[in-house]
Amino acid sequence: MILELKNITMQFGGVTAIDNLNFGVKSGEIYGLIGPNGAGKTTLFNIVTGNYIQTKGTVIFNHEELSGVKPNEIVLKGIARTFQNIRLFKSMSVLENVLIGFHHQANYTYIESIFRLPRHFSNEKKIKKEAMVILEKFGIADLADTNSSSLSYGNQRKVEIARALATNPRLLLLDEPAAGMNPSETEDLSNIIKKIKTEFGLTILLIEHDMKFVNNMCDKVLVLDYGEQIFEGKPSDAIVDEKVVAAYLGDFEHA
Amino acid sequence: MDISTFVQQMINGISLGSMYALIAIGYTLVYGVLRLINFAHGDIMMVGAFVAYLAQNAGVPFELAVILAIIAAMVTGILTDKIAYKPLRNAPKISLLITAIGISFFLENLFNVLFGGVPRAFSAPDYLTKIIHYDGIIVPVTVIIIPVVTLILLFIILWILNKTKYGMAIRSLAFDIPTVKLMGINADIIIMLVFAIGSALAAVGGIFYAVSYPSIDPLMGVIVGLKAFAAAVLGGIGSVAGAVIGGFILGFTEIVVVAFMPDLGGYKDAFAFIFLILVLLFKPTGIMGQDLDRSRF
Amino acid sequence: MKIIKLVMLSVAILFVIFAQNNLDPYTVSILNNMAIFGILALSYNLINGVAGQFSLEPNGFVAIGAYVTALLILPASSKIDMFALEDPAPIILAMHTSFFPALLMSGIVAAVLAFILSIPVFRVRGDYLAIVTLGFGFIIRIFAMNQTKYTNGAMGLNDIPGNANLLWTGGIIIVTFIVMLNVIYSKYGRAMKAVRDDEDAATAMGINTFWIKTYAFMTSAFFEGVGGGLMASLLTTISPDQFTFLLTFQLLIIIVLGGLGSMSGTLIGAVLVMGGTEWLRFLDQNMDIFGYNTGAHPGLRMVVFSILLIIMMLFARKGIFGSSELTDIFKRGKQ
Repeated sequence: MILELKNITMQFGGVTAIDNLNFGVKSGEIYGLIGPNGAGKTTLFNIVTGNYIQTKGTVIFNHEELSGVKPNEIVLKGIARTFQNIRLFKSMSVLENVLIGFHHQANYTYIESIFRLPRHFSNEKKIKKEAMVILEKFGIADLADTNSSSLSYGNQRKVEIARALATNPRLLLLDEPAAGMNPSETEDLSNIIKKIKTEFGLTILLIEHDMKFVNNMCDKVLVLDYGEQIFEGKPSDAIVDEKVVAAYLGDFEHA
Repeated sequence: MDISTFVQQMINGISLGSMYALIAIGYTLVYGVLRLINFAHGDIMMVGAFVAYLAQNAGVPFELAVILAIIAAMVTGILTDKIAYKPLRNAPKISLLITAIGISFFLENLFNVLFGGVPRAFSAPDYLTKIIHYDGIIVPVTVIIIPVVTLILLFIILWILNKTKYGMAIRSLAFDIPTVKLMGINADIIIMLVFAIGSALAAVGGIFYAVSYPSIDPLMGVIVGLKAFAAAVLGGIGSVAGAVIGGFILGFTEIVVVAFMPDLGGYKDAFAFIFLILVLLFKPTGIMGQDLDRSRF
Repeated sequence: MKIIKLVMLSVAILFVIFAQNNLDPYTVSILNNMAIFGILALSYNLINGVAGQFSLEPNGFVAIGAYVTALLILPASSKIDMFALEDPAPIILAMHTSFFPALLMSGIVAAVLAFILSIPVFRVRGDYLAIVTLGFGFIIRIFAMNQTKYTNGAMGLNDIPGNANLLWTGGIIIVTFIVMLNVIYSKYGRAMKAVRDDEDAATAMGINTFWIKTYAFMTSAFFEGVGGGLMASLLTTISPDQFTFLLTFQLLIIIVLGGLGSMSGTLIGAVLVMGGTEWLRFLDQNMDIFGYNTGAHPGLRMVVFSILLIIMMLFARKGIFGSSELTDIFKRGKQ
């Protein structure tokens, strides 16, 4: 198990968003988190990334307990994420966005950057090369100098994943990677995700509503409803599970 | 030290604290709703005091001058929002803050050009400035009236916030703007109301200040505004009760330190700043505050 | 690209040397003024424009820099003569260096104070930076007024040796400009922009936003301290009333006009605003319009400037240069 969540409960001022949740993700797996809106999926991401501190329970990553570790330190331990509503650095180019992910892999101090000492140049050259390699894998190397805010939606998603990959993670958290994409873009993206997963030896935890995408991608899924776990197992079994179907129908009624 | 001096200083502390509280409420309401430090708020207090002064000079009786001042401050506050802040609701926050500083500087310099920088004596009717002697305690009537009026205003504000539809909308707006839109309440009206309430209270605070000291000048709102903001943070930004508590703590501290440690008198204006730093270091949410930034993800 | 930069640098250096030796004193004094405000505005733009943290600190740090340099380059004998309210403290009498170390010291003291302010401010979200730095400016003034044995109180310091000239101010603005660009085009500058664009996303990339903001703030403070030192030596007399919020406001106008985040824009902004301040001087004085005397209106210029600032924010938020540099514009031109 690369990631284990034990007895996780999260309350916001009396409202229980996640109720006593237990699950584990095996190394090399693509694990899906599904469930109606407001089921607590993104909340769970925010607990794993240290943005929220759970009311109860423990998160164990790579045999190490994560409680009290700050969000930026969790990245250094090997967990990277994307956001539900793409959050690129809008004033920067595609390449610069990815370079931010390489921040800690460039070894020069602030003083060295002020005086432009040799290590500044050698390290910048190194990370720029590596950033271009990642962009090529996503097929967007030609967009390197384009401003990130002028990209198409699909390409913005790719940049966001590329940027997360640049931090050299072992576990990648993707929050609705296929949202807002057309079928061909979705297919393109799932191929890339599968490719980078093998090449970089990643484990992937993803939130998604597109059941076709989930079916095609995930080895295992966990279904959440109102913060409670109602199903864990193969995606093909999930869609025929009574409880799961009921939960989704309930969601439609509310909407 | 004898007991009457002590009581006298306590009364002064309550009075000064009330003034800070009145001004701090405006900061806390605007911050709660817009997440904006309204740098111009202290200057709106100055506008209120000046209008009261000018109206009296024109022969208007004090009581009517106060009402005119409150109206003028409300109009200034609402116009500031409509002209300068509203167009920037979706802009980066730094644009909004820069504009707020611009408005503050504009008001200060406009009044400086129109009326000069020399402090002007502010006159108030005798029933306010009369000195009371009671058992060795010597205080002007104002220091009694100020807390009483503040208390009444506070009850009105709390009633509006807790019992009226618009007040409840202000409180929910402080947490999540989209939800309020869904509820069918016009956020623009709520924001206007917030500026109106805050500015009216600032005008009252400004007049109290002018009666107590008793002079006014175009820069009078700068330091008082800064202190009131510190009071709001101390009490917990976003919370009206917090702003009042913060205002009183600050008012008491200033009076007590100056009365009993006269050597520190020159540093009186620095206490608010020290409080601000200490709160940020040890309890950024303040005494009554909730973490307004929690639901960002 | 490299050649263009070298040519620009040589032209700048030659111009400074030429101007110092050949131009009339009035023009040189205006150029000095532009250079000092340029240094201050460049450093101010790093924290505000590049890192996106709204701060109102310059007047405080400039005051500190001015006092440190003045006290370091004033000889002990003139300190004894000058301090009227209280005798100077022994340490004040003992401290003495030449001009350059004094400037460095000004920068270092300001940077250390910036670090101390960073701790309460940047641990929480940056919202409070503006109000804390605004308050800091007042506090510094209160201390300068009250700590008479260190500062001579409201009487200020006079007869400060006039070491500074256009070679100093011009040289230091060139250095400041280069340092700022070096920071911007490094991983630290990128991280500052990331924090400005989206702080949560920057954190999610492993960036320690506290340190990134603190670096930007300390660097700003350092050059503001140095600028303050230059100002003290150029004016030869300083007092607490010189370092009011007005100073910060002028710098704010410069960086907004030039473009928040653009160092090239800042230089243009400094020339325009300082030139404009000089040109608009008539506004504050007596005017005869159609035979009607308006009387003197001290502060009218500032009314004009504050309206300008508000209009800029409402209608031209990007300023002249946006957040790009001259070199970026060249690059884009080539494509």
